[in-house]
Amino acid sequence: MTDSIAAVSLHGVTKRFGEDVVAVDDVDLEIRDGEFFSLLGPSGCGKTTTLRMIAGLEFPTDGSIEIYGEEMGISPPNKRPVNTVFQSYALFPHMNVEDNIGFGLRMQKIDPAEIRTKVGEAIELVQMTGMEKRRPNALSGGQQQRVALARALVNRPKVLLLDEPLGALDLKLRQTMQLELKDIQSEVGISFVYVTHDQEEALTMSDRIAVMNEGRMEQVGRSEDIYDSPGSLFVAGFVGDMCFLTAEVVEAGAVRLSGGEIVRARTSDAAGTSVTLALRPEMLHLYAEASEAPSGRNAVKGSIARSVFNGGTMFYEVDIGAGGSFDVRVENKPSMRRWDMGDSVVVDFHPEAATALAQ
Amino acid sequence: MTTLKERKGAQQESSNPKLERSARRRESWRGFFHAAPAYVYLTVFFTLPLLIVFVFSFASRSRTGRPELEGWNLDSWARLGEPLVRTIVVRSFTMAIFNTLLCLLIAYPFAYWIATRARQSTRTLLLVAVLIPFWSNFLVRTYAWRMLLDSDGYITQIGEFTGLWGRMLFTAPAVFIGLVYGYLPFMVLPLYAALERMDWSLVEAGRDLFASGPKAFRKITLPLSKPGIIAGSILVFIPSLGAYVTPDILGGAKTTLLGNYIVTQFGSARNWPFGSALSGAILFVMLLATVAYFRTGGRTV
Ligand SMILES: Nc1ncnc2c1ncn2[C@@H]1O[C@H](COP(=O)(O)OP(=O)(O)OP(=O)(O)O)[C@@H](O)[C@H]1O
Ligand SMILES: [Mg+2]
Repeated sequence: MTDSIAAVSLHGVTKRFGEDVVAVDDVDLEIRDGEFFSLLGPSGCGKTTTLRMIAGLEFPTDGSIEIYGEEMGISPPNKRPVNTVFQSYALFPHMNVEDNIGFGLRMQKIDPAEIRTKVGEAIELVQMTGMEKRRPNALSGGQQQRVALARALVNRPKVLLLDEPLGALDLKLRQTMQLELKDIQSEVGISFVYVTHDQEEALTMSDRIAVMNEGRMEQVGRSEDIYDSPGSLFVAGFVGDMCFLTAEVVEAGAVRLSGGEIVRARTSDAAGTSVTLALRPEMLHLYAEASEAPSGRNAVKGSIARSVFNGGTMFYEVDIGAGGSFDVRVENKPSMRRWDMGDSVVVDFHPEAATALAQ
Repeated sequence: MTTLKERKGAQQESSNPKLERSARRRESWRGFFHAAPAYVYLTVFFTLPLLIVFVFSFASRSRTGRPELEGWNLDSWARLGEPLVRTIVVRSFTMAIFNTLLCLLIAYPFAYWIATRARQSTRTLLLVAVLIPFWSNFLVRTYAWRMLLDSDGYITQIGEFTGLWGRMLFTAPAVFIGLVYGYLPFMVLPLYAALERMDWSLVEAGRDLFASGPKAFRKITLPLSKPGIIAGSILVFIPSLGAYVTPDILGGAKTTLLGNYIVTQFGSARNWPFGSALSGAILFVMLLATVAYFRTGGRTV
C-alpha cells in the first residue's frame, strides 16, 4: 500500500443545482489506496451527488477531483478508472446475467476469450454460477445486487463506488451481504467508496468514515474514532445511540450539569462555555450506593424513571432531577441486577466516556 | 440461497388446483362481460364487412360489371399474379417502406428531444403541438400543401430564391413531403411513449461501464426503445401502403399505387371482385407480418 498517493481526493468541491440548492458544499476529502471508505449521512445530505461527481456523472460547480493523482476535470464517466454499483442496480433488462457482467469489458474491446474467462471468474466470485443466462427480471433482489457488483468489479476499476447497494434488501440478507462485500473487498484489494445512511452498516464495514450533513463533511476518521469521540453534536447524534445533557465547562476536563453536579469529561472549550455532554448508554453503569462504584470515576445520583426490556439488553432511564436524565443500557446476563421504578441508583462512568460538545 | 424455481415449486404445492381453476374460470367470465360491447362493435363494424369483402372476392361480374354471387370462381385471386399488379405492389411497398424510414429518421430525434425535457409541462406542450394537425381534416391539410408546393406557393418561392429547388408539386418529393407530414405523429407518439418510460440510469450505467455517448445509445437506448420503433413503424407503414389521397393530390395521380388501384376497382372499373381480392391479399400479408412481430420480438423487454 502506498501512502503517498490518495485513491481519490476532493479539493474544495462544491455542487450547486440551480441558484439555491447547494448539494455539496466546499468538501475536502482524501480516500486512501485500498481502503473501505464510507460516506455516511442522512437523506439528502449530498452523498449520492459526491459519488456521482467522482464517477463523472455529474461535474463540480467548483473545486477539483483527482483519482490516483490524475486531475479529472470534465472527463466523461467512460474515461475514468472507476465503476459504480447503482442504488437501483441499473441492470440492463435486455441482456442476460453474463452479458450484463461482460458489458464493460466489451466496451473496452477486450479479447472475447479473455472476456469469457473474466466473466466466469466474476460470476464465481459473487456466487451466481448457473444463472448466467437469466434476465435480470428473473432474479431476486439479492441476486440482482450480486450481478450489479460483478458487473462493476469485473473491470477491476481502481476505485469502486457503491451507492447504498444493500438498501433494497431485507435485514438478514443485508447483514450477510455486508460480510460478503467486506470479504470481496479484501480479496480484490480495490478501494471501495461506500455510500450509506445506515450508521451501523458504516461502522461494521468501513476502515474510515466521512459523516456528511447538509453537503458538508462533519467528521472524517476511523470507525472507532467516529464512535468513541464524535467531533460534533451532529455526529454524536447520528452515529450510534447517545444520551445528551446540558452542561457548562468549569475548567479543562470538568463540566457542571444543570443540577449543579460537577463531573469530569473530555472538553475542548474554554471555561464558561455552554456545552452538551454526550454519553454512550452502554458505557454507563448502575450501582445502589456511591461506595460500590469504582473510585476515580464519575458518580451521579438519581432514580430509575423507566425500564425497558430489549432482549439482549435492559434499558433504563435515570432521572437526576434538574440535570435531566441519563439513558443507561445494561447487558442482559444472569448476574445482572434488575432495578425497579423509583429505585435510587448511582450512575457511574469513566471521564473518557463523556464528551463535551459545543452547542 | 433458494432459487426462483424452488420458490415457485413451493407455491404450487401449497395451493389448491381445483380452487384455482374455478377462480380462473370466474375471472374469464367477468372479462367476457366487460368486453362484450367491444365484441359487438368489432363484429358489426369490422368482422362482418371483412367477411363481405372476402365473399365478394369469389364473385363473378355481370356484363354491366355488377358482382354476382352465383358464379363462384377464383378468377379475381388468379389476377393477382399479373405483371401490372406486381409492379403496383412493388411500387407501393417501396414507397411505404421509404416513408416509414423517413418518418423514423425524423421522429426519433424529435421524440428523444421531447422525452428528455426536464419539465413535465414542457413535454405535454410539445406533444399537444404534435397532435394539433389532427384538429383539421386530412384532405384540407393536403390541399394546403398543394398551395404551398405550387408555382406561386411559398415553398416554391423560397426554393427558387435560394436556387435549391423548383416547383415540387406533382413530383415524388411532393408525395413524400405529404406522406411524412401526414403520418409523422403516428411515429412520434409510440416512440415518445417508449423513451419516456426509459430508465435513464441505465444509460448512465452504460457510460460508467466505458461506453461512449454514441455507443451507449446504440447498445442501450436504441434496443430499449425497440417496442416504440416497431409500433410506430406498423402504424405508419400500414396506412402508407394504402395511401391514395396524398399521391393523388400532391403526386397528380401520375403513377398508380395500391390504394388508387383498389379505389379504381370499386369505382370506375366496376370490378368489385378484383378489388376485394386485392384488399383481402394485402390484409392477409399485413396480418401475417403483425403476428410474426408479436411472436418474435414483440414481447421481449
Ligand atoms: N439533479 C438535481 N437537481 C436539483 N437538486 C438535486 C439534484 N440532485 C440532487 N439534488 C438535491 O441535492 C441534495 C443532495 O442530494 P443527494 O442525492 O446527493 O442526497 P443523498 O445524500 O444521496 O440522499 P439519499 O440518502 O436520500 O439518497 C438534495 O437536497 C437533493 O434534493
Ligand atoms: Mg442517494
